[in-house]
Formats: sequence, C-alpha cells, structure tokens
Amino acid sequence: MEMKDWKVLLVDDEVEFVTTLAERLELRGLAPRVCHDGESALKAVAQEAPQVVVLDVMMPGMKGLDVLQRIKESHPAVQVILLTGQGKTRDGIEGMKLGAFFYMMKPLDLDELIAKMGEAVAAAAVG
Amino acid sequence: MFKRIVTPHIEPPDQAEMVDPQRYSVLRRKILALMAVVTILPLFSLAALNYYEHQASMAVEIQNPLRVLVGKTKNSFELFLAERTSTVSLIASAYPFADLSDEKKLRRIFQVMRREFVGFVDLGLIDSKGNQVSYVGPYDLAGRDYAGQAWFHQVQLKGKYLSDVFMGFRKFPHVVIAVQHTTEDGRSWVLRATIDTSQFDHIIASMSLESGGDAFLVNRQGVLQTDSRLYGKVLDPLPMPMPAPSFETNVLTTTDPAGRDVFLSYTYFADADFVLMAVKPRPTVLKTWYSVRADLLVIFLAGVAAVFLAVYRVTDVIIRRLHESDERRVCAIHQMEHSQKLSSIGRLAAGVAHEINNPLAIINEKAGLMRDLMGLRPDFPDKERLLKQVEAIQSSVERCRGITHRMLGFARRMDVKIEPLDINKILTETMGFLEREAQYRNVSLERALTPGLPPIPSDQGQIQQVFLNVLNNALAAVPDGGRIQVSSQDHDEAFVGISIADNGCGMSEETLKHMFEPFFTTKKDKGTGLGMSITYGIVKRLGGEILVQSKVGEGTTVTILLPKKQAEG
Repeated sequence: MEMKDWKVLLVDDEVEFVTTLAERLELRGLAPRVCHDGESALKAVAQEAPQVVVLDVMMPGMKGLDVLQRIKESHPAVQVILLTGQGKTRDGIEGMKLGAFFYMMKPLDLDELIAKMGEAVAAAAVG
Repeated sequence: MFKRIVTPHIEPPDQAEMVDPQRYSVLRRKILALMAVVTILPLFSLAALNYYEHQASMAVEIQNPLRVLVGKTKNSFELFLAERTSTVSLIASAYPFADLSDEKKLRRIFQVMRREFVGFVDLGLIDSKGNQVSYVGPYDLAGRDYAGQAWFHQVQLKGKYLSDVFMGFRKFPHVVIAVQHTTEDGRSWVLRATIDTSQFDHIIASMSLESGGDAFLVNRQGVLQTDSRLYGKVLDPLPMPMPAPSFETNVLTTTDPAGRDVFLSYTYFADADFVLMAVKPRPTVLKTWYSVRADLLVIFLAGVAAVFLAVYRVTDVIIRRLHESDERRVCAIHQMEHSQKLSSIGRLAAGVAHEINNPLAIINEKAGLMRDLMGLRPDFPDKERLLKQVEAIQSSVERCRGITHRMLGFARRMDVKIEPLDINKILTETMGFLEREAQYRNVSLERALTPGLPPIPSDQGQIQQVFLNVLNNALAAVPDGGRIQVSSQDHDEAFVGISIADNGCGMSEETLKHMFEPFFTTKKDKGTGLGMSITYGIVKRLGGEILVQSKVGEGTTVTILLPKKQAEG
C-alpha cells in the first residue's frame, strides 16, 4: 500500500506539536486526521476506522492508555503507536501489554515514525 | 519523617558522622565505675565482715586462756590462804588454852607449823579480853592489848580474820590470819599468825606470763598487795579505777594509765579482801591475728585486681561492639539518606524531563517543517544559510533529548529491579555523564569494550552507581590531560569483568587497606567517605567482587567482577 493511502489519526493535546507533525506528514503525501483529546479521537475512530493511531499517553481528560484500550476493544485491527515524554516508563510497558504496536519518545525522529507507521499499516492489513 | 524517628536517640546524621570519641571514653568510665562498684562493694563488705568476725573470735580466743589462768591462780591463792587459816584454826582448837599460853609449848607448835607450811612468821595467843597472852616471833608483842582494834572485833564477830598486806618485820609484806576458838564451857581465845607474802609472789610467778604481761593482787580499796611489774610496788595505790566487783573471772578491754591497749582479767576473792588481776597488752596478744589479716589483705587485693581486670576487659569489648554498631548504623543512615536523596532527585528529574520533552518536541517539529518547506522549493532565498540554522536547532534539540533521556534513565534507577543488562551499554551511558568534565579537563576517556558479552542479571541503577563511583574516583585521581581506560571482558565462566584503569596519583598501602571502610576519605571536606563503601556493598550484594591494584604515582586499576547468573538470595 502506498503512503498516500495510509489512513492515519494523530491524537495529542499539544496543538502546535500535532498540527506541525500533521503538516509535515502532508508534505510527504499523507492525509492524517488530527484530534486534541481522547473523546474526539474515539469519535473519529468510530466514524471511520484508521489503520494507524499515533496517540500521546499524557493528555488531560481521558488518558492515552484508556483511549488505547477502548480502540483495541472496538477495533482490534487498528494499530496504535504511543508517544510518551517519559521514555520506557511503566506507561510505555503498560501500553505494550494493552496491545499498542510500538511506543516512541518525544522529541520524535520523523523518519523513524514513518517507518513504524508503515510497519503498523502492514500489521493492520494482516490483523 | 525519617529524621524524626532517629533523632531522639542520636544527633543529626551530619554530626553523628563524626561520633565524638569523648562520648565513648565517658561511657567507658561510667560502665567501668558502675561495674567496679557493683563487684567490689560486696567483696569489700565481705572482707570487712570477715575482719570484724575474725577480730572478735581472735579476741575471745586470747581472752579465754587469760580467764582460765586467772581463775586457776585465784584458786591457788584461796587454797593457800585456806590451808594457812585451817592450820591456825586446827591449832587453836586442838590445844587447850594452857598449852597455848605456855610460850615453850607454843614455840614447839610454831616450829612444826613452819616446817610443814612455809610462810609463817609469828604466832600469838590473845585472850577474850584482847590481851596478848603468849607470843612466838621476831616482834616484842607480849602483853599487848588488842581490845580496841577493829580486827579483834571482827574476829570475835566472824570467828576468822584475814588482814590486808602490811609492811612488817625486815620490811617484808605480811598478812595476818586470826582465828577465834570457843570451848564448850564458853571460854574463848584468839590465835593470831603472821604470814610473809613471798608465797604470793611464787604463785603469781607460776602463772608464767609472757613479757609485757603482768599479774598482781590488789585489795578492794585499790591498794596493791603484791609488787606489780607495771603499776608499782606493794602498798602503792593502783593507778586504775577498780572494776565492778565480781566473783567470776571477767576480761575487760581497756587502756592502762600508760596508754597501752590491754586485756584486763580480774576476779574478786570470796573469803578475802583481795582482787586478782592479770593484764595482757593487746598488740602482742593480737600478733597472730595481724598475720591472718595480711593473708586476708592479699586475697582481697588480688580479688579486687582480678575484678578490675575482668571489668576492664568486658567494658573494652562492650565499648568496641558499641562503637562498631554505631558506625554500622551511621553508615546505614547515610546509605538510606543517600538513596533517598537520589530518589527525590530522580523524581524531580523525571518531572523536568517530561515537561521539557513536550516543548522540545514542538521545536523539533517546527524546525523539521521549516526544513521540509525549504526542501520543497529549490529557489528559496538564502536557502543554505537558513538550512544551517535549522540544522543547528535540530542538533540542539538532539542534545537536549540526550540530556532528558539521561535524566529519565537516572530516575528509573530508583526502582530496584533485577533484569538482564547489557553491561557495555550501561558503561557507555555512565561514561556519558562524565564526558563533559573529562573533555573540559582534557582527560581522555578510552573505551575498550568487548562486544557480545552475555547480559548480566542486575539492577541497572545500582550497577550505574557502582560505575559512576569508580569513574568519579578515577577522574579525581588523574591530573588534567590524564587518561582513563574503561574495558569490559569475559572474565571466566562465571564472571564478566569491568576494568577502570587510570594513570593518576595512585594509592598507598594504607589507603588501599582502608578504602572500603565507611567514612574513610582522601578527599578531605569534599567526600563523605561513603562512595567506595556503598560501591563495595552493592557489588557484594550482587554476588560480585572488587579487585584493586594501585601504585603511588603510577595509577590505579579497579576491576569489578559481576556474576553471569543472579546471586542466590
């Protein structure tokens, strides 16, 4: 599957971060959707299931891990890449246990993220 | 919270670190004094009790023979006097008045008396009116009238009379014995004899008193009746008050007029006006006792010495144990404090890292976008110059990322968790902390890590602390421009070895001996003296070993061996 066909949802409360990230991905041909909190992310997933969700763990309101759990319950095929500000903390490990595809630490290396998204898309197609 | 639990018992840890040696010597003195008192007091009381009981029994032992001797001598005296009295009495009643009044017959009787009984000096017959009827002896007493004299009335009243001693013929002391005889038809006469008291001296001499002792007769008025070695001649007044009358033999402990401590034994005569006294000076009688006391004293002193020695040794051991346990406790407190401090620093670091990572991520993305945008337009003005700025921003972000990741790594160490660890990775990470200082001081940090080492089951935080402590020491030891070489190798089947070698100042034998002891430091005020002891503790807990080779002026190599399999327990 080509990159422009990837269906990606970015979820992060840091608006500047997530919009900039989205813009950079758009420059590379993707059309990611963007949400700023857990509830809207769940709605977006329910509306149209993406292949990959890039999800920040630390968010006000609904926590990233809860969002992950709900997505995995309703759409097990959707792959989730967690973003954390704390490296390999318990959140990351817990996330992996809950079925996250991978977790990455901020600040991101964009090429690495795109590579992981590619793997996730492939995994989503299988799952 | 922690402090509050501890402080009631000890000073705050800063001061406890240098536990005042004065405190131990004061404690030692107190324990020593208490134990000495507790042990020596009963010993002393026992000795004192023994002393007095012994003294009492010895006194009794010395007094008893004296008492017996005086009693026996009194009997001798009484026997002597009774014999003389009954002799006179026998003659008075055996011969008729006519025979006795005949001086020729009286002389013959007197000669027989003198032959049978020593001591008779004269003999005279006095009729009931007090007239001297006949007389045999050295005095011219014939025809003398005794009617008005007190002794004559007494003999008429009692039938017998024994006089006090008086100076008689040729200046010899004498006593008079007078006996009244009354016939059946009512006639009565008195036979009067004088006895020379040299016999008294014989009886006293037969007591065979030791030198310094004395025995004598005295009358109830306190006039000496025999010569006394210590208190005067016969008929002198006794320079001592008379003891209370008693017909039993008594022993008094008293002081004589010359100031000597003496035992005074005495007894009153029942039939005569005499008191027999014997004196023994106390120092001589107690000679035996003093020798016994010397033995006692030696035993007592030896006992005291033994007690003191034992008390001293025991106290020594107690104080040393106390000292050791104090040191251990202070060490434990420090270790806990240290890890608490690290733990709070860790938590803080984690928070800071997290807070910084988010804005950092934004900067990173913004800079990335800028580059993306410039890259899309080949005709972008000043593209090269701007791309350089963006690159600088991105590399700074990368640096910050390295810092926050290290801080997070540090924070993570607080959770003790044994997991398989890549030693090389940890070494590299730990060395990262010191790279800046090394660079600044121009110290070369060399790495010779053997790739493909088996993972070591251990706690990352603790291992990192061990490496950090040793590396810190190495860095402190080398001069500017020095060299530190870190290598890892597969030591043997059981251990992985990590060597940290420096070409610094090295350590003396003395320092080597003490380097793992808590509070031992060569860094003066800068060090706590705990780094190496904590390091040693951690390595030991992990089942490892630390080997140190060092030569003054040449450098130090610390080799840490870590077991490949997790230590038991």
